[in-house]
Amino acid sequence: MLHIYCPHCCEYREEEEFHVKGQAHLARPLDPDACSDKEWGEYLYFRKNPRGLHHELWVHAAGCRKFFNVTRDTVSYEIKEVYLVGEKPSVVAHSGSAK
Amino acid sequence: MQHYSGFGLIKHSLSHHENWQRAWRNPTPKKKYDVIVIGGGGHGLATAYYLAKEFGVTNVAVIEKGYLGGGNTARNTTIVRSNYLWDEAAHLYEHAMKLWEGLSQDLNYNVMFSQRGVLNLGHTLQDMRDIQRRVNANRLNGIDGEVLDTKQVQELVPHMDCSANTRYPVLGASWQPRAGVARHDAVAWGYARGADAHGVDLLQQTEVTDLIIEDGTIVGVKTNRYGDIMADRVGAVVAGNSSVVAKMGGFELPLESHPLQALVSEPIKPILDTVVMSNHVHGYVSQSDKGDLVIGAGIDGYNGYGQRGSFPTIEHTLQAIVELFPIFSRVRMNRQWGGIVDTCPDACPILSETPVKNLYFNCGWGTGGFKATPGSGHVFAASLAKGEMHPLAKPFSMFRFHNGALVDEHGAAGVAH
Repeated sequence: MLHIYCPHCCEYREEEEFHVKGQAHLARPLDPDACSDKEWGEYLYFRKNPRGLHHELWVHAAGCRKFFNVTRDTVSYEIKEVYLVGEKPSVVAHSGSAK
Repeated sequence: MQHYSGFGLIKHSLSHHENWQRAWRNPTPKKKYDVIVIGGGGHGLATAYYLAKEFGVTNVAVIEKGYLGGGNTARNTTIVRSNYLWDEAAHLYEHAMKLWEGLSQDLNYNVMFSQRGVLNLGHTLQDMRDIQRRVNANRLNGIDGEVLDTKQVQELVPHMDCSANTRYPVLGASWQPRAGVARHDAVAWGYARGADAHGVDLLQQTEVTDLIIEDGTIVGVKTNRYGDIMADRVGAVVAGNSSVVAKMGGFELPLESHPLQALVSEPIKPILDTVVMSNHVHGYVSQSDKGDLVIGAGIDGYNGYGQRGSFPTIEHTLQAIVELFPIFSRVRMNRQWGGIVDTCPDACPILSETPVKNLYFNCGWGTGGFKATPGSGHVFAASLAKGEMHPLAKPFSMFRFHNGALVDEHGAAGVAH
């Protein structure tokens, strides 16, 4: 059971109150009509899926229903950091170390 | 290869079964192979076996970082069926089903394939409409299937609660009589033994640490134990770790790796002689020959490589099983584990060329790869042997996520997730 800190409620709550919504920091192309099929397909479907540190978007579905970002280790499942949408993560993987 | 038979069993009993030949060699690798298969699970071993046996490519190595069949092959719930909705998927899984039907004889290894039938329950009117649509589609594709009503389901599974008083009453089911279960470890071992007999080198405890790519073409792999091993073609069949190997090749895949849990109960007397799956209450259960109930359900929502899952998922799984089978409510669970499944956005696999020339991927089987093991290995072997994707594999290119030609089996078919 993950205990997740909701930065909006400022409390630790159990995993079941939350839903994970996938990779964080995905920017919708500003002009989708100008995208090639490849660019649009990669925006929709292609994901980082690292073995190691991962930045992901969570929603406090059975709580305040607000979104926030989590940096989590996908092997140990340890949560390294919780930060608000729009903020930059302070814990990041070193390039080449996240194989 | 030593032939297995009843006579052999009697003969070896005279020497207390101490003189059986080892099932496969433990070879030292050559410098170069025609084909390297990364990943020694069921699909990878099947690929190597068919490469050597059917397509005459015997200069093949399988590189496995752990032991053979120690990943998802050893962690699934062993269900085999082919009742998929869309033509592309139905053809691929039915190809596998036909190979399953002769597999024990082909491998001279008893994979204990038991065609005890699979029920996919419907609990709502929409479920029943989807089931009718899918069974019709299956029959048009030459795949056996029937739509059963509540009474027929109750006759097949007398211990299931099919009364109208449950929260989600069973309104009927799809029934594929040719579906069933197989002994998962035997599948890996049978393919490994067969591949080895045809000259394939099985390199265990050997991890691929990087891919050697020159001018956009793969020429070999780096390993932690044997240094560089060269190859003309490389097939990656690494399931949950596909994104990690793709990253070595410098590209991304439309995959996310999730833990999928399963659990078995203490052994009990025979009570369930078929496989029951329900998408709506979300669980599936069968009984192994040993007597334990084999139970599974959905993936954990978050990405993970930890080969374990979270408790809420186990709780949801067992809620579903007890909803269907109140009689199981006091059965104790013996063991629980997780495998890492690489899920695709459209719940169909990827059998594909990649941006790197001569590097091919067989991945994205998500939660339902075991049933496809022989078919997946066969079409992937054909593709690796010819350097061109097999016709059954062509719709499953990774580039379908660029051109939009998805094979959307999510929810529509008997896919339970």
